[in-house]
Amino acid sequence: MTDAIETLPLWLSIPVVLFLVCGGIIVFIGGLGLLRLPNFYQRIHAPAIAITFGAGSILIASMLYFSGVESRPVIHELLITVFVFLTAPVTSMLIMRAAVYRDLQSGKVDYAKPSSQRFPVEADE
Amino acid sequence: MMRWLPAPRLSLALLVIWLLVNQSIDPGNVILGAVLAIVIPNWFRAILPVDVTIRRPLVIAHLIAGSLVEIIRSCFNVSMLILFTRRDRLNSQFITVPLDLRSPSGLAVLSCIINTTPGTVWVELLPDTYDLALHVFDLHDEQWWIDTIKTRYEQPLIEIFEGVKT
Repeated sequence: MTDAIETLPLWLSIPVVLFLVCGGIIVFIGGLGLLRLPNFYQRIHAPAIAITFGAGSILIASMLYFSGVESRPVIHELLITVFVFLTAPVTSMLIMRAAVYRDLQSGKVDYAKPSSQRFPVEADE
Repeated sequence: MMRWLPAPRLSLALLVIWLLVNQSIDPGNVILGAVLAIVIPNWFRAILPVDVTIRRPLVIAHLIAGSLVEIIRSCFNVSMLILFTRRDRLNSQFITVPLDLRSPSGLAVLSCIINTTPGTVWVELLPDTYDLALHVFDLHDEQWWIDTIKTRYEQPLIEIFEGVKT
């Protein structure tokens, strides 16, 4: 690996490193949110930044790095982006609905909302 | 639409995926990919969605660009909120947005966009009224969210999938 990174020209290494650091920071913030936010309905938003911008930055870095090392365009990371875009929303929707129905079943209903639909009250755990 | 090619767009997508996974465009892979792209949609003919027409490529491009900008912008907003906002200051709320979009494919794309954008999660779509229930991470102005979703996402999707002139 060290040999490969030495063959990479400087003008390409700089964006690769920037994207990697940026992606790492974003994924870290996502994890921090998952750990520290007080209730479930807030925690579900934290991983969203990791899977979009975090994963996106790391995939761009990967494309740049391997294109530079192998001296040809490497773009199959785009597939990962597409599959993440297709699957992650389904997961978060399923988890969200499961949580909402569980809370409504157990009577944690927010009657303050003037809506035709009932939502669960957001209690901090 | 030809009989042996029930879903041309799906076939094209399968071929592109096959070539990307194999990272080559030599004739062998193109032929194998083409065979798969013709055979697989025929196997799954029974569960293919009914003819979806997609119009207006310019609107699609505009929608993709707009969603990308919005995703990046919300990413920074949500990061800042996680890092610097006190826990009890976060105003996370459920809201409902009345939708005019009826096309199932359009709704599927809308759910992907909304759930991929950090800070909003789709809860459910009420089947009789087409009210969309959303959870928003930090709500300031409910009407702003409703207007944004309706003009920025729903309107282009209606044009793309239902073809109503505005």
